Amino acid sequence: MTTKQPFNKVKTPRESRVHERYLRHSKKFPNVWCAGCGIGIVMGSIIRAIDDLQLDKNDIAMISGIGCTGRMPVYVDFNTMHTTHGRALAFATGLKMVRPEMKIIVVMGDGDALAIGGNHFIHAARRNIGLTTIVVNNTTYGMTGGQYSPTTPTDAIASTAPYGHIEQPFPIAELAAVSGAAFVARSTVYHVRELEKYIAQAIEKEGFTVVEAVSYCHTTLGRINRWGTAPDMMRRLKEQSVTRRQADGMSEEEKQGLIVRGVFVDRAVPEYTQLYDHIIERAEAEVA
Amino acid sequence: MNETNETTTDQTGQEKEPQAQRRLPRGQVTIFPNWCKGCGLCLEFCPVGVLEQGSDGRVIIAHPEKCTACRWCELHCPDFAIFVTDIEPSPEEEIA
Repeated sequence: MTTKQPFNKVKTPRESRVHERYLRHSKKFPNVWCAGCGIGIVMGSIIRAIDDLQLDKNDIAMISGIGCTGRMPVYVDFNTMHTTHGRALAFATGLKMVRPEMKIIVVMGDGDALAIGGNHFIHAARRNIGLTTIVVNNTTYGMTGGQYSPTTPTDAIASTAPYGHIEQPFPIAELAAVSGAAFVARSTVYHVRELEKYIAQAIEKEGFTVVEAVSYCHTTLGRINRWGTAPDMMRRLKEQSVTRRQADGMSEEEKQGLIVRGVFVDRAVPEYTQLYDHIIERAEAEVA
Repeated sequence: MNETNETTTDQTGQEKEPQAQRRLPRGQVTIFPNWCKGCGLCLEFCPVGVLEQGSDGRVIIAHPEKCTACRWCELHCPDFAIFVTDIEPSPEEEIA
């Protein structure tokens, strides 16, 4: 009886069919990523955050480098640019200087942001230019076959570290915080609502903002290390992550290997293009 | 919430159930099979077990009546292949 109830009123909420408004859904889908990859989840969070903020598609530019995450601008229906490896922030800086009113979202993978484009990353943060950077941290170079990246955890096995990885991983959020970014947050692809909230805050904020979205790669690193399928790795993210408040009560040993989620920095610092406008005014006044 | 759902479905023959039933939000699941890659995230994490794996590896809606419109699947689908729409209670349910 209860199952046969007529569905008399079906309302379409905001998030349903959001892909029809913000994705090139009729041309490019299904996407290129492996089944269960977290990058698609991050892309969903980005478009829902933009939908929340009610931004015009023409005022947004998405720029990416190379890698799995570098494929993201192919699917979104904004102004997009797919640039060379690690140089997404350099191209985005140029675009921001020419069109300072635009909301520019730079999506990069961990290798793209911190290895090949590491210098661009810290200097864009130091300069505090108004870009929203979303670093999808899957802890490996997935597209090229699971080589270790700057964020691969110590002791993990990678295709270029068959006896175990001996290096320390880069803490992306902490690095961006000490480099001078205006807003830094970290969340995981399991905590989608939180990720969406942080991305919306980052897009709204003036200055250089970084959101680290911790993801996973079950196809390369996960398979070599026998970490299981996509749902298994999703469960690992759920179990291994703590909020900043929970982490404050923990000792250093307890925090080892855990992902700390939360907002790390939210401060008011002058934005670069605005300072640049002041310099132009001052120079013109001196000449006149 | 899971437990109350179980008990109500057990006693669907009896008539005193709709009161407890109508307060649960309900959803209608839609799947785009062309986009689904069968990763299994939605069916592994669905809290009420709406979904099952089909013979081709893709996900199928096995128990549509169980959906409580929590949207876990919709928010976490990397391929935008699953959507949930809210169902408002029908007039008979409101009266009951």
